[in-house]
Formats: sequence, structure tokens, C-alpha cells
Amino acid sequence: MPTTTDPHAAAGDGTAAAVPAIRFENVEKRFGDNVVLKDLNFEVAKGDRVTLIGPSGSGKTTILRLVMTLESLSDGYIYIDGEPLTHELRDGKRVARSEKAQKQIRKRIGMVFQQFNLFPNMTVLENIIEAPVHVLGQSKAEATKRAMELLESVGLPGKANAHPLQLSGGQQQRVAIARALAMDPDILLLDEVTSALDPEIVGEVLGILRHIAETTDITMLIVTHEMQFARDVSNRVMMFDGGRVVEEATPDVMFTNPQHERTQAFLHAVLGSGDGHIGTH
Amino acid sequence: MNGLWDWDAAWAVLPELLLAFVQVTLIVTVLSTAIAAVLGLFIAILRMSVPKPIAAVITFIGDFIRMTPIVVQLLFAYWTFLTIEPLTIGIVVFGIHYSTYMAEVYRAGIDSVPKGQWEATTALSMSKRRAWTAVIVPQALRATVPALGNYAISMFKDTPFLLTIGVVEMVRAGLTFGGNNFRYMEAITLAGVIFLLASYPTSLLISRLEKRLAYNY
Repeated sequence: MPTTTDPHAAAGDGTAAAVPAIRFENVEKRFGDNVVLKDLNFEVAKGDRVTLIGPSGSGKTTILRLVMTLESLSDGYIYIDGEPLTHELRDGKRVARSEKAQKQIRKRIGMVFQQFNLFPNMTVLENIIEAPVHVLGQSKAEATKRAMELLESVGLPGKANAHPLQLSGGQQQRVAIARALAMDPDILLLDEVTSALDPEIVGEVLGILRHIAETTDITMLIVTHEMQFARDVSNRVMMFDGGRVVEEATPDVMFTNPQHERTQAFLHAVLGSGDGHIGTH
Repeated sequence: MNGLWDWDAAWAVLPELLLAFVQVTLIVTVLSTAIAAVLGLFIAILRMSVPKPIAAVITFIGDFIRMTPIVVQLLFAYWTFLTIEPLTIGIVVFGIHYSTYMAEVYRAGIDSVPKGQWEATTALSMSKRRAWTAVIVPQALRATVPALGNYAISMFKDTPFLLTIGVVEMVRAGLTFGGNNFRYMEAITLAGVIFLLASYPTSLLISRLEKRLAYNY
């Protein structure tokens, strides 16, 4: 077995900078008899912005959900900063980690959902300060101050006391982004965050995410159908098909000169152009 | 003197009925509803939080309580706990009996909260306890208030069963008056009218509350 299954050795010997933020090792995910991910191995370095592309049903969203522990792993291991997330190899056996251990790691991971998933029974402000106060133990005043700054940065300074359902979809998604950022995550998972939005407001949400990508060093794992966004924000693109990575490249290479025929066919289909290229603006 | 309806008798029995209404019927309804509402929620959450075999046992006990008549339960508890006040027995039995119905209502309400809400609590690392109290239960309650209110009214109308264990609730008070004065008609009719006057406005209140809850996010 590779020595990398012992994360503490890697983290403890001064090479912490080289430890990837996320590492999948022989990950398998089945829903009943349906194998969604099979023997999946990949790494995301700290500060990386990785976009997962591929046809629906290829397992992209499942990857994010596994990292967020919203789905349980069928086999294999996921490491966050070198630390096993849900299962670890102990005395040659694959054992589940305690809920407490998982929670410690989960705190460093944030997620923005396609359907926003704001709490409709709370105001915008309450949504944002809920976890900082009750999970991180910040004071209400401290959390509120930060929440106000975040609302300002997502362009909704006046909406603190509004209820989520009084807001438009785009506004709700911006609140959801602020809510995720309020936890100061090391890793941010973006799951088709613009898919439920009207086309004309997709841009405002992507603009905010682009700004976050430019001004922070948060590691981002992104599932999106917005190829232009993938190109602008990410430094790596992974093409998925049938639960496997079929091609991996920088966005420039991926979108202008894809090697694998599945990638070529997919990009051709989603971009609707003859040669699979997207324009540079 | 022996007409079908005697106003003098009606006026004579009314204070006794109202007294029994306030001292027993109302108190039992309020306290038993409170017990049923809290215990029902506790049962619903417990059943969703424990391993399946234990949940099955809880479900079985709940089914058992719901599938046996409340009169049988009242008499059973009365003859089992002879040293306890009948009124107290009545309050507890009504509370437990209706908690099993309310648990079902809560369960439906909890199921109606979208899965994404749970996922958001996980993504924010919220504790299970906090997820329940701050996110799931408040949303579930909105859907359940009308049904819970209707069970409270239903319980209110079941309170005459208390006469089987010797509690002098409104109907028992009426029957006693009837026995003493040989005028049953006025007592029973007025008891019915008092039930109606109390439950009808309450049901209107519940449907208003239902409408308010539906739009008030």
C-alpha cells in the first residue's frame, strides 16, 4: 500500500505545503447497483480552482457531495489537508471516522447549492450568522459585523433583515455565498450555482464568485455548465465521463485543444460551435 | 310543568355547567394539549433519530395506543393507579393518547421540510440538535399548526369520556343536575351548546392562523 494512506506522516514532516487540500484515493460510490464513481483518484492542491465538467450523470455533483459528507463513501478514502475525512485505514482495515472527527474537518469546507437552500424561517442576517455563532462560537456582534461586510461584498447591503423568499433567485444565491464565506472555509464547493437562475442574472452571481477567486486563496471545486466561467476562474479543468476522469488540463488547453474524443464531443455539444473553442474576451 | 323545555331549569343548570367547564373541561383540554404537543414532538424526533429496531418499537407502542379506545385507557389507568386523582389521570391519559396522533402530524411536517435544508445544516457544520431546533422544527411546525389545532378541538370534545372515571366534567355535572331535578334535556342541550360555542371560534382561529403562517415568511 502507498505510504500516503498515513496522513500524519505527510502532515508532520514539514512538507505540509505539498499536502493537497483534497485527495481522492480509490473512491467508489454506488447507489444500489448503480456505480457512479469507480476507483477514482485525483488531487486538488491548496488554492487550486478546479472545475469539473462532463455530461449529467457523470458523477461530478456526487464528488462535491462526498467532500461535503452529504453522501457516504462506498469504498476508498477522501483526505482533506491530508486528514482522512470519513474513513481511515487503521491496522489494515477501512474504518469509519467518528462524527466528531468528521465535523472538525467539515468546518473548513463550505458549499453553495444549486437550489440555494437558505433557511426560510430566518432573516438573511440570521442565515449568515447562524453557523459562525453556534458552530464557531463567535459573538453575535462579531458575526453580525462580518455578515454586514459580506452582504456589502455580494452587493446586498440593505437586505440583512429581509426574508429569503422575499428575494430574487440571484439575490438568494448571493446570500448563500455570503453564508458559506462567513465560515471562512479553506475549501469552497460550488454545485451548479447558476443552474437555477434566470439567464440574465447568472452574470451577477458569477461576477461575485470571480471576485472571490481573485481576492482570496480559497480552494475551489466547481461543477458548472458555464464554460466561460470555468475558463475565467479555474486553473484546472477535469472532464468526467462514466465516473472517471477522462481528461485533465488547464482551461486554455481544455477549451482550445481537447485531446480526448469524449471531451471534444462534450464541448462541441455544450458550446454549440464547430470546433469546440470558446472565444476569449 | 313537564314541557319539553323549561327555561327555569336551563337557567338553574347553566352556572353549574359553566363551573364544570372552567374547572375541568378547559383545564384538561389546555394541559392535555400541552402534554400531547410536547410529547408528540419528542416522539416524532426520537423515532427519526434512533436505530430502526428501536423506532419500530416506538411506532408499535404508538399504534397500540391509537388503536385502543380512550375510554378503555381511562378506565385502565383509573383502576391501575387508584391512589392518583381521577382528574390527574384524565389529563395524563388524554395527553399521552393524543400525543400519538400529534407525533404522526409532526412526522408529516418534518418530512415536508426539503432535503436541501438538512444538507445546508450539514454544510454549515451545525449540530444535529441545532439543526432540529433552529431549522427543521420551526419549518415543520408551520405545516402542522392546523392539524394540531384540530386535534386539540377533537380532544376538547372527547372530555365527556372523563365521566367514566368519576370526574365531574360538564356532562357529568349536567347529568347530576338532571338526576336531582328530573330535567335532563336542558342540561344536555346546554352542554352541547357550550361545546359548540367554544370549539367553533377556535376552529376559525386555527384557519386564520393557517393562512397567516402560509404567507408570513
